[in-house]
Amino acid sequence: MSNGYLLEGVRRLGSVAIFFFQLLIQCVPALARPRLLLYQIYNAGARSLIIIMLSGLFVGMVLGLQGYDLLQRFGSEEALGTAAALGLLRELAPVITALLFAGRAGTALTSEIGLMRATDQLTAMEIMAVDPLRYVAAPRFLGGVIAMPLLTAIFSVIGLYGAQLIGVQLMGVDRGVFWSQTQASVDLHDVNEGLVKSLVFGVACSLIAVHEGYHAEPTAEGVGLATTRTVVASSVVTLLLDYVLTAEFL
Amino acid sequence: MHYGVGGREVFSGLDLQVRRGRITGIMGPSGTGKTTLLRLITAQISADRGRVAVFGRDLAELSRGEIYALRRRMGMLFQNGALLTDMSVFENVAFPVREHTDLPEPLIEKLVLTKLQAVGLRGAADLMPEELSGGMARRVALARAIVMDPEVLLYDEPFVGLDPISLGVILRLIKHMNAALGITSIIVSHDVQELATIADESYLISGGRIVASGTPDELRASSSPAVRQFMTGSADGPVPFQYPAPDYATQLFGAPRR
Repeated sequence: MSNGYLLEGVRRLGSVAIFFFQLLIQCVPALARPRLLLYQIYNAGARSLIIIMLSGLFVGMVLGLQGYDLLQRFGSEEALGTAAALGLLRELAPVITALLFAGRAGTALTSEIGLMRATDQLTAMEIMAVDPLRYVAAPRFLGGVIAMPLLTAIFSVIGLYGAQLIGVQLMGVDRGVFWSQTQASVDLHDVNEGLVKSLVFGVACSLIAVHEGYHAEPTAEGVGLATTRTVVASSVVTLLLDYVLTAEFL
Repeated sequence: MHYGVGGREVFSGLDLQVRRGRITGIMGPSGTGKTTLLRLITAQISADRGRVAVFGRDLAELSRGEIYALRRRMGMLFQNGALLTDMSVFENVAFPVREHTDLPEPLIEKLVLTKLQAVGLRGAADLMPEELSGGMARRVALARAIVMDPEVLLYDEPFVGLDPISLGVILRLIKHMNAALGITSIIVSHDVQELATIADESYLISGGRIVASGTPDELRASSSPAVRQFMTGSADGPVPFQYPAPDYATQLFGAPRR
């Protein structure tokens, strides 16, 4: 890697860190505007619901299919519920939700804020003595942070239902065994792992999306590039953080 | 005042004063930094050397909070209106009032409607920005700019891309705002004819400094070649028609460029 790339990387990291602190300061007054915040939770969360539910169902179904195939080789199909629940809660639900969030809500946030920059709306706010960080960036950031754990929880529930659909209805695993095994093996620690992961991913993905939009070049090409950067950076950072958090929890 | 960007001097020794309650026009060819000047006045950027003072206060010495307090006394009309696209016309005009005051809703409604009436768009209060024509958007933006009763109003190229009727409306509104509300107006534009009809005095910027100033008539009567070229719109003169380039014949008949 040449020095230029390294310097640019460090510069960008510094810019994100400074932006994060500015954003955190503005989050306090943003919390005092529940209507604005609720709308952003709706925007980032409710509007991502269909894609999250559909993906959750299919991921759960694949998990049911693959899990059954693998476990029956060892004659332990009854552990399917445990495998599916732990896999979803601890790993698949937070990670896949974050990746889908980056693609759906993250890109929407970046392009929306980028276009506000390109059409002078952010500058107009500055001139009207309204801080765009407080009015535009902070509510969107908070909306994403709050929406992510909720979406992850929904992904887990639907995913588990998908695994049960295949394992119990199609492959014939006993329904009672499936659920009792799940209940017996999942404890609070597993739920917490998923929750902490989804919160951290929520902060990372929302921060990247809002930062990229806020600092996008005010041109059509600039907004396009910023949107691409949001997806790429969010995905890589999510997977990297996932490793770090998994290592921490195990 | 000096200001440069990317190693290029935009302003080198610019000296300009705007008088209270007057309409001041700032003219100059495209790319002379007219919009940059507005960004300096509103403290979005700061001068490299020298001093930019608004209401007698040096902007470089003010904290962020003080700059925001100063901006509340200013309004700015953007070239494209810069209306907030997720709000209706009414909400756009009400936005600064809601942000800066605790006025009760009935009072906000009355205030917004009177400002919209002043720009002739009370009937368009419920429209969204994408439903407005360019001229209407600029009038809504003007209503938003005056809703907090600013002392200074900045206009960035207010005449660009308007049909004759909208142009007439905007000209009349600027004149009216200035006369009725006593607002100090600074208009940045390259539309000489339009500016001449309303400006009390004008400055002509070229090459990073003021090359001429005075009333529109004084500028028209100027013998300076730079002023004459701008006022008459000649293609060639002190501002050359050709961008600096190698010799024409050599480039056409000489060796290929690459």
